Amino acid sequence: MFDHLDSTLLARIQFAFTVSFHILFPAFTIGLASWLAVVEWRWLRTGNPLYREIYRMWVKIFAVTFGMGVVSGVVLSYQFGTNWSVFSDRTGNILGPLLGYEVLTAFFLEASFLGVMLFGWQRVSPRMHFAATIIVAVGTLISAFWILSANSWMQTPRGFRIGADGLFYPTDWIEIIFNPSFPHRFAHMTIAAYLTTAFVVGGVGAFYLLRRQFVRHARIMFGMAMLMAVFVAPTQLLVGDMHGLNTFEHQPVKVSAMEGLWDTQRGAPLVLFGWPDEAAEETRYAIELPKMSSLILTHSLDGEVKGLKDWPREERPPVLWVFWSFRIMVGIGVLMILTGLFAAILHFKKRLFETRWFQIWCMALTPSGFIAVLAGWFVTEIGRQPYIVSNVMRTAEAVSPVGGIQVGLSLLAFVAVYLLVFGAGVYYIIGLIRKGPDVDTSEKGDGRKQGRPALVGRLASE
Amino acid sequence: MFNLETFIDLPLVWYGLIATAIFLYVLLDGFDLGIGILFPFAPSDKCRDRMMGSVAPFWDGNETWLVLGGGGLFAAFPLAYAILMPAFYMPVIIMLLGLILRGVSFEFRFKAHGPSRRLWDATFHFGSLAAAFAQGTILGGFVQGVSVQGRAFSGEPLAWLNAFSVMTGLALVFGYALLGAAWLIMKTEDITQDWARRCAVYLIGYVAFFMVLVSIGMPIMNPQIRALWFSLPNFLYLQIMPFSCVVLFILLWRDLHRNHENRPFFLVQGVFLMNYIGLGVSMWPWLVPFEVTFRQAAAAPQSQSLLIVGTVILLPVILGYTAYCYYIFRGKSSHEIHY
Repeated sequence: MFDHLDSTLLARIQFAFTVSFHILFPAFTIGLASWLAVVEWRWLRTGNPLYREIYRMWVKIFAVTFGMGVVSGVVLSYQFGTNWSVFSDRTGNILGPLLGYEVLTAFFLEASFLGVMLFGWQRVSPRMHFAATIIVAVGTLISAFWILSANSWMQTPRGFRIGADGLFYPTDWIEIIFNPSFPHRFAHMTIAAYLTTAFVVGGVGAFYLLRRQFVRHARIMFGMAMLMAVFVAPTQLLVGDMHGLNTFEHQPVKVSAMEGLWDTQRGAPLVLFGWPDEAAEETRYAIELPKMSSLILTHSLDGEVKGLKDWPREERPPVLWVFWSFRIMVGIGVLMILTGLFAAILHFKKRLFETRWFQIWCMALTPSGFIAVLAGWFVTEIGRQPYIVSNVMRTAEAVSPVGGIQVGLSLLAFVAVYLLVFGAGVYYIIGLIRKGPDVDTSEKGDGRKQGRPALVGRLASE
Repeated sequence: MFNLETFIDLPLVWYGLIATAIFLYVLLDGFDLGIGILFPFAPSDKCRDRMMGSVAPFWDGNETWLVLGGGGLFAAFPLAYAILMPAFYMPVIIMLLGLILRGVSFEFRFKAHGPSRRLWDATFHFGSLAAAFAQGTILGGFVQGVSVQGRAFSGEPLAWLNAFSVMTGLALVFGYALLGAAWLIMKTEDITQDWARRCAVYLIGYVAFFMVLVSIGMPIMNPQIRALWFSLPNFLYLQIMPFSCVVLFILLWRDLHRNHENRPFFLVQGVFLMNYIGLGVSMWPWLVPFEVTFRQAAAAPQSQSLLIVGTVILLPVILGYTAYCYYIFRGKSSHEIHY
């Protein structure tokens, strides 16, 4: 059935599927772990049971998401070998230690203390429990550090030589780990994860506010999420811009594909929308802003931007995918910034928690972070094709000597299992959200938390 | 560039470390896979809740040893990783899919009510069963050797599948079930514990039977292994392993009939250790039997050096906090989940 299909393409589809599926969970848990640490800290500081109830609700969602992240991540650590064995053999000297450090410094930490975080309430002191939450949160960031370093090295390889046997050998670990695109990618992805979480938490808060359920909890969730939208969404624009400039310097062909520019020119226009046609080597129906591309990329109105025609066809990435994924990512980023803007305006009009259209808007944006993260990864991963290690090793050279049938059948099995798991995960998470926090009315001090000042103001002043 | 090659025998140290990581994986995930294997046979739903509760805080950490085994092999012996993964493509994928299904079952089962709970009971059981069986067949295929050409696997897609590897697959299923039963004797009480004890008594017979089959099969299939085990003076030294297994089995049998709660778990671990050492001795020095030794598969010394520093510092820390987490959740498990 799969014999006529190219096994490299099947291996790519399989990896794209499993890695895209996986990234959804870290994109959420990185932010959620840090947020839960903040919520628990607020609880310890203020003794306000609302925070504890919020923590207990979201930690259940965290557990489901984290579990799915772990099992889909184990798959990846074996797929380098099953589907990309030539790549593993040749780059093992470089990437092996980075991934090894990820396991040693992050995975064990997260996995061990997650148990304490979930089940340790009655068994450890509140301080120890808080420590466990912080350890898990830090673990997720350490994990992101190493895996993004490894990915960035594949994008902008440095600090290596190629031996007579064709293998990569390290020559400078600092250059390898802190390769040129790594700091940008790490910052961009971490902020993306925080925003993804913020929009999920904010969307759920908006849902409760709209239904006038758990209003006191919802104000905290919604308020904290809007703080992120106000301050962090614009920050992401700056960081993303710096990341783009870094790509322009080190992987210019990717930027040309993102921009849909075919001819090298001074004063290159910014193509807002259009349909890149690879056969005709042009972007059809282009709506352009004159000179803006040069301004963004070179900070000068008539700076030179290279066009895709500067590279032979076999050196170009699939333009259409890169072009549109980039627009989806940026479009969602703009919506997030607008959300922050609306939130700030509504806050000053003292209507942040009462504006119904804005609550619906925020609910609609609940999954926006996930879509933006996927789109962003599509840009960067498809944009570096046809290379697996930029300009050094082609993806087609990297694939395992495994037949198309095996790759195709396992792809089908992954799709079936992941759809079941993902469907069930989403179903249970929605169930947890509908159920909402368990409100404990027995504890004293319940009365004093009513009539508190708006949280946004309080949080902002602290 | 940073290189410890002149001070320590890096490939040998890494061989030892990877072997240790895989063994710790077998011990730790072994008992929680074993619980999945025994799951549908438990006397009641409440027992099943207790069984799952007894491993819920740990399964995640346990499975991380598998990531360390795979990641460590990639880091320290990339050539072996690059040959073995395609060679065992299908059982590896089956193992991964099994681990996914059983892993998510923990979270989903706690949240499900009514008939959908049955679904997650089933995925937990069959996922654990598939993972254990796949690991056993990989082991069985591994000891029979892997065809290699150049730096790549050159055999057929189903080269790993034959009667012997199916037998080792079953053997590991029973072995893990015994580990799981011994864990339950330690972590549960009343009905669940009594049932686990009966299971263990029953499983001991199967495990012993499979051990005899493997011990006869391996020397018959491979003349090198035959020569190693049945020549003097090796024969005399190596007898310590079968001999300790017999002693461990007798102690285990007595414990199971005398209401010892904790010792059976450690005795079963002893049995696993003896088998593992026996296997290690037989396979020495191959990492891809019988084509690539651990020295030939070793990563560049600079790469092995970089990671050894972290490992020497972090592995004791990891073992420390793993022990701490087991300590926090010491004592009998409850059927109620607190979170």
